[in-house]
Amino acid sequence: MNDLTPNLTLVVVIVALTAGGVYLLLERSLTRIVLGLILIGNAANLLLLVAGGAAGRPPIVTQDVSADAMAEGMADPLAQAMVLTAIVITLGLTAFLLAMSYRSWQLHRHDEVADDVEDRRIARLAARDRPSVRGADTDEGMDLDSEAGETRDETDEPAPAPGGAP
Amino acid sequence: MEADLPVPDPENGAGPLLVLLVVHLVVAVGAPVLVRWMGRKAFYVLALVPAAAAVWALTWTSRVVDGAAPSESVTWVSELHLALAFRLDTLSWVMTVVVGGVGALVLVYCASYFSKGASGTGRFAAVFMGFSGSMLGLVTADDMIVLFVFWELTTITSYLLIGHYSDRKTSRRAAMEAIVVTTAGGLAMLVGLVLIGTQAGTWRLSQVVADPPPSSGTIITAVVLVLAGALTKSALVPFHFWLPAAMAAPTPVSAYLHAAAMVKAGVYLVARFAPAFATYAGWRPVLLVAGSATLLLGGYRALRQNDLKLVLAFGTVSQLGLVVLLVGYGTRATALAGLALLGAHAMFKAALFLVVGVVDSAAGTRDLRCLTGVGRARPWTAAVGAVAVASMVGLPPTAGYVAKEAALAALADDGTTGAVLLVMVATGSVLTMAYGLRFWWGAFGTKPVVLVGGPDGTVVPPDGPTTLRRRSPLLGLPSGLLTVLGLAAGMAPALSERVLGRHADTYPGPAGHLSLWGGPAVAGVTAVVLATGLGLFLVRDKVEQLQARVWHPVSADRIYRRGMRQLDDFAADVTGAVQRGSLPVYLGMILMVFVVGVGSLLVTSTQFPKHVRAFDSLGQVALGGVVVVSTVLVARSRRRLKAAILLGIGGYAIAGLFLLHGAPDLALTQVLVETVTLVVFVLVLRRLPTYYSVRPLAASRYLRLALGLAVGLVVGGLALVAGSAPVADPIAKHFPEQAVDWGHGHNVVNVTLVDIRAWDTVGEISVLLVAATGVASMVFVSRRTGRIFRTDEASAEPGVWGRNADPPTEPLPEPDAGAQRNTLWLAAVATLAPRRRSVVFEVVARVLFHTMIVYSVYLLFSGHNAPGGGFAAGLVTGIALTVRYLAAGRYELGEAAPVQPGALLGAGLFVAAGTGVVAMVLGAPVLTSTVVPLDLPLIGHVELVTSLFFDIGVYLVVVGLVLDILRTLGAELDWRAESGDDPPFGVPTRRPSPPVASSSATSPGSPANTEAVDP
Repeated sequence: MNDLTPNLTLVVVIVALTAGGVYLLLERSLTRIVLGLILIGNAANLLLLVAGGAAGRPPIVTQDVSADAMAEGMADPLAQAMVLTAIVITLGLTAFLLAMSYRSWQLHRHDEVADDVEDRRIARLAARDRPSVRGADTDEGMDLDSEAGETRDETDEPAPAPGGAP
Repeated sequence: MEADLPVPDPENGAGPLLVLLVVHLVVAVGAPVLVRWMGRKAFYVLALVPAAAAVWALTWTSRVVDGAAPSESVTWVSELHLALAFRLDTLSWVMTVVVGGVGALVLVYCASYFSKGASGTGRFAAVFMGFSGSMLGLVTADDMIVLFVFWELTTITSYLLIGHYSDRKTSRRAAMEAIVVTTAGGLAMLVGLVLIGTQAGTWRLSQVVADPPPSSGTIITAVVLVLAGALTKSALVPFHFWLPAAMAAPTPVSAYLHAAAMVKAGVYLVARFAPAFATYAGWRPVLLVAGSATLLLGGYRALRQNDLKLVLAFGTVSQLGLVVLLVGYGTRATALAGLALLGAHAMFKAALFLVVGVVDSAAGTRDLRCLTGVGRARPWTAAVGAVAVASMVGLPPTAGYVAKEAALAALADDGTTGAVLLVMVATGSVLTMAYGLRFWWGAFGTKPVVLVGGPDGTVVPPDGPTTLRRRSPLLGLPSGLLTVLGLAAGMAPALSERVLGRHADTYPGPAGHLSLWGGPAVAGVTAVVLATGLGLFLVRDKVEQLQARVWHPVSADRIYRRGMRQLDDFAADVTGAVQRGSLPVYLGMILMVFVVGVGSLLVTSTQFPKHVRAFDSLGQVALGGVVVVSTVLVARSRRRLKAAILLGIGGYAIAGLFLLHGAPDLALTQVLVETVTLVVFVLVLRRLPTYYSVRPLAASRYLRLALGLAVGLVVGGLALVAGSAPVADPIAKHFPEQAVDWGHGHNVVNVTLVDIRAWDTVGEISVLLVAATGVASMVFVSRRTGRIFRTDEASAEPGVWGRNADPPTEPLPEPDAGAQRNTLWLAAVATLAPRRRSVVFEVVARVLFHTMIVYSVYLLFSGHNAPGGGFAAGLVTGIALTVRYLAAGRYELGEAAPVQPGALLGAGLFVAAGTGVVAMVLGAPVLTSTVVPLDLPLIGHVELVTSLFFDIGVYLVVVGLVLDILRTLGAELDWRAESGDDPPFGVPTRRPSPPVASSSATSPGSPANTEAVDP
């Protein structure tokens, strides 16, 4: 918990894991995406560890040390606690994503992440400058007078009389 | 300014105003029931509520006129100094009387206006009451944020009221237009109010006005923003167009919202802030230009409308311009005139709308070209209309006349600006006279009618007056009352001056007067104005033709609609450009932002450490090398299983790195997780083709590689900087001491998990629970749980894992004698297809299982002081179960763990959270741990730390997760493969797995249980 000089070997490992993870993450196959995520997860765990400082004694207090000396030369326990839960959560995530790729296989006979059809449709309409939603707001057809002529309140008991015009 | 300003009393409690507001709310909620029960008579009951508000205000009249200002406040968010503060000074008093009085009369009108069977009256009544309450809150709020809240509530309720006939496109569009315009203004106003509040250091309106912050760039901006809110709400140029469109609302709504109440909110705001800010730069230019432009434009447009409501709507726009101009001008005399006009306008314009409603509902049309002879048939209605119009155009002795005289007199006395405005006001009044007369003539006159919609606009000679239907006489009452009040107010100008003078006094400048005789000069102007207006009315046909010929260069309405259309187009373009629907593109964008954002910060504003250590030990270098090589191979691999195994190798190497770093707990967990991960991969990948179904995206490979390296380098940079640049002492410095003293444990990591940061752990095991549930729902789809396969339910024929993609061509070798003789090594082994059995595996599993369970219990209990703990223990138990499953199939799993994983997960979370709650119940902070010393037989003295129970909860959750994986991806998938219904889709039939189109990968040598193929 004292020496904060970074360890170059671990940094290189982190770079390699992240680069490989991102490379796989940008693929379309879910299996590759899972692999990429796990690699990135490992990189993140190591990053937390490195950020916690240099290597040290395991953070287990031996009975007979005074309170002040306890922390001396000990690896950062907080970073370790965070990484520990992160490792287990990565397992849960892996299982979930693999179950998803199984489901995708079951439904589509492949495990690729396909493009969203709706998004494509909107993009096509936008390219042609056609409204993607038919909104009353943007109509320019009617003028106030003719609109007002159509608008009447529900005040008549029987059928409305057609005004004074014959 | 006001001596009786309440001392900033943090709490002077609720009072009658709050009660009135609550009553409005309650009645609004109950209104639909009331209407269903009583029919339209319910409106009489509802009218009592706004009437109560008006009566309450009236009881305060003499005291308010003498300068009292009852206030009340209830703390809302004390941290933000927000209070539900209300105050009734003169201005609020005027507004309350208008809002309550007109509201009550309009509700009475509603009771006989709508037909018995009219649709949606319940909803209408509720929203109307909601609006009335919001308006009351708006005009009495003394807290600027509360004011804004009520402001927006009126916007929303007005939206609902305009769009009352929601099946009509016109109504919907008008409602949308109104809410877009007024909300835009409201948001600007919010920013302005917040700026004013922070500059003034208080949210109290009364305090801000009494002691306004000095003029500065910020305050001027703030004031202009607040004015934007006022201009949109009061439909001033250039935001005026929503008001005529809002005539799509039912006529009572037009009378209340668009004549008396809501459009006056902007006027109210101007009148509220004018004493404080009228002299600041920006205030007068904005208000005087917008006010005069509105006055003239509204009057001009009103001249040519054929719909009576539209004539009134444009007239209202015009009058609002005049009122805002007067109230915002900033002298006492104009303010007095403005306030008088505000009151007069509320009375005559509401009355006129109600009169139009009477005519409309009797004649069946509002088109003045179709109406004739109505005045003769309905003389009383015509008379009421005539007096109201007289007040509108400013004929003596009405309230409108008094106000206009005062306005002319005040402006005439006020220099050049006053003179210019005087011309404006006079011109506006000429227009008002002209359209006022035209309105009355159109509604009640006897004239040739035009067949509307005729192909050539044929003029049909009058063949008798418009046929009118009988309406309840009560329908005329509210408008009559309003008109009489307007007349009375005009007859008693001194009284009006005494009441309104109190607020006008807060303005500087010459004291004006309200009187029936403004002096010869003013009377002369008035006479000229009225005569010119009359002349304009007489040549109305020529005026209309002229207006029709004049080219309208811009129409605000069209600009608005074009703008909305372009906004839609722009939104679609942005969506099309950004939302490509492609996951790699999205991820690429996110990562790009990360690289550019974090990377540039990294380069520009951090310092890289001067010293680095190459390595801690040679072992570290070796293990690091393994990780790097395995990563590269994983990325390059084209076979799924190969990639998974390589990934596992890298993972184990990372466990080694953890160990060398001084993290035995991590190393243990990593090894266990890596093992389970491998199992999960194998379980799923056996259902997927060996090779990826498409080749890696070759075209973008180098792009992805470049992005990967860029992200990697930025993260590496972070690793270099983050570790070496602490800005504070590590919080974990005191963890060891705390772990021993408070956590009663020596394994600091474990104590951190179960005690110091136990809340985090609760969150994390919740995530595990969610993930496990997700896995189950992906497989079972519509159920949470699958079945537990027990041996006694298994079919007699041993067939687990029997179906095969490559059935052996030669006859199976006889199962060896040992397996047949002794099937007791594992309970369910008899269910396995004979050639799936492995005696060695069975024996090993049999021996290992209990050892592993004991070990996991040891890890669980010793974890507080040595490496281990709930996570590791749970994983060991999970692996023990995995071994049983792999050795003898799903029935063996059912025998080993005959529980539903959901039960384990739920119990785990319950135990973990329960431990915390028990501590809380016992009076300690949540999740505090204590030591319970126990003397147990055989074991001896044990110090039991309560956080052990928390760890047991963690243990159960982890076991549940692994069991869930085995149940779903293992047992359930096995069963589906064997029963042949793997591709479900709700198709119960057994169908052969279709050949994989995109993949030629199912090579003959694929692993034995990759694909289930029907025989």
